[in-house]
Amino acid sequence: MLQEIIFAGFGGQGVLLMGQILSLGALEQGNEVSWLPSYGPEMRGGTANCSVVISDTPIGSPLVLKPNAAVVMNQPSMEKFEDAITPGGVMLVNSSIIPLKAHREDITTHYVPCNAIAEELGNAKVANVVMLGAYIGATGAVSFDAVMAAIRAKFAGKKAALIEINEKALRAGMDAVK
Amino acid sequence: MAKKLMKGCEAIAEAAVQAGCRCYFGYPITPQTDIPEYLSARMPEVGGVFVQAESEIAAANMVYGAAGAGARVMTSSSSPGISLKQEALSTIAGAELPCVVLNVMRGGPGIGGIAPSQGDYYQATRGGGHGDYRQIVLAPASVQEAADIMYGSFALADKYRMIVMVLADGFIGQMMEPVDLPMGATPEVEKPWAATGWTPESDRPRAVINSLYIKEPDLTKLHERFAARYAEIEANEVRYEAYQLEDAEFVIYAYGTMARICKSAIAILANEGIKVGMVRPITLWPFPTKAVYEAAALDSVKSTLTVEISAGQMFDDVRIGVNGVKPTEFLGYAGSKIPTVDEIVAKIKSMKGVE
Repeated sequence: MLQEIIFAGFGGQGVLLMGQILSLGALEQGNEVSWLPSYGPEMRGGTANCSVVISDTPIGSPLVLKPNAAVVMNQPSMEKFEDAITPGGVMLVNSSIIPLKAHREDITTHYVPCNAIAEELGNAKVANVVMLGAYIGATGAVSFDAVMAAIRAKFAGKKAALIEINEKALRAGMDAVK
Repeated sequence: MAKKLMKGCEAIAEAAVQAGCRCYFGYPITPQTDIPEYLSARMPEVGGVFVQAESEIAAANMVYGAAGAGARVMTSSSSPGISLKQEALSTIAGAELPCVVLNVMRGGPGIGGIAPSQGDYYQATRGGGHGDYRQIVLAPASVQEAADIMYGSFALADKYRMIVMVLADGFIGQMMEPVDLPMGATPEVEKPWAATGWTPESDRPRAVINSLYIKEPDLTKLHERFAARYAEIEANEVRYEAYQLEDAEFVIYAYGTMARICKSAIAILANEGIKVGMVRPITLWPFPTKAVYEAAALDSVKSTLTVEISAGQMFDDVRIGVNGVKPTEFLGYAGSKIPTVDEIVAKIKSMKGVE
């Protein structure tokens, strides 16, 4: 198994955190994993992305230029990464704020209204975890249980009250791509 | 202990604490500011000293002072900041003091950019400051290796009474990977030369920390000590990874994260029936000259390729190592433009004469 994923969106949408939670989940289920942020003179409202590589064997390049999955949370990210996805790959589109349809026919595209789903759940901030649920639902790369273990680790202590809403968000995201 | 997912900078900083480093002096600069940030909280927990100095050179001079007093001490910076430290580093070398310096390289020259680079190879392996001295230079290719190297660097510096530079690229500093942190202090050596406070009742001569050798043959003797030390290091401390050299038709030479990117290219080429091996130097000085030669000299090897995020700096040492036994080619760019997996695959194919 070799999953090379790019998570991309506006700064503040939690794209780096999505990648970190997935990476922790992959570590939890015993995979090799690397997480690499694109860092630059970036700020809230600017674009941010991270490369995550999950593998059964030691990871070569941690830098992903041709992902087999791209999670795009805003339109500039979709415009930037759709063409980079390898044929047969997967794109997950935040259809709450991206009106575009994919032009690629050799990839599978899932449209997930993750902001709307998060708002229905009662917390707009979990849109990223909804999308993470959609990603694991669409690819099966990391199990629900492993990602939940990662969320519990990440939200331990003062933030423990947030675990329940994140669990609902993760499940709702998986359901959205069934 | 279970592996933790850690950012390179934080793993490096924690490994330094585990190794017994109790003094950190630095000044913030991207992409390594996570190190002073981490240590500003961590050093007080272990009774250590953290100072954010007023400048890079001030931080490096504080390293000189602490090292002279026998402390386990480090500083860290990124390329432009490392240049600013060189006056003190040459002094530290001249005074035969042990310390650890981390450079998380970004693109240059000047203030340059903030993206990863390998443009400081010459500076790291050719001294950096003035005056015909060497420093041990180690280049990690993963977060785990960065932590392990940092952990071992203090004992290495103490053993040889010299600067150990950990030369990482921006990827290593910012990347998160699973890491098993080394635990427990590394062996300390006696430092009878350290200036720890002298009184007329002391049963040892007064310790003087200095890099001034104005009377001959004092300076010549210093360099004779250096030469003996460097010969011992070249004999005992060379480290490298030899990767899939058996039956290899081509050999790649690369270090740091660039070597990881090359491994991805090697896997693609292997699937297409083209066997490529690699020698990844871990010590850039002492350079694995013999291993570089022996890989190139293998009967199966037709030619070699060096790949760097630079205009070709390690390439000089590779050519010294290969010594003409096989052709040497280069792929890389100055600044922060990263040679891609596709470019490496295409380059090897062009060397083989296939599309």
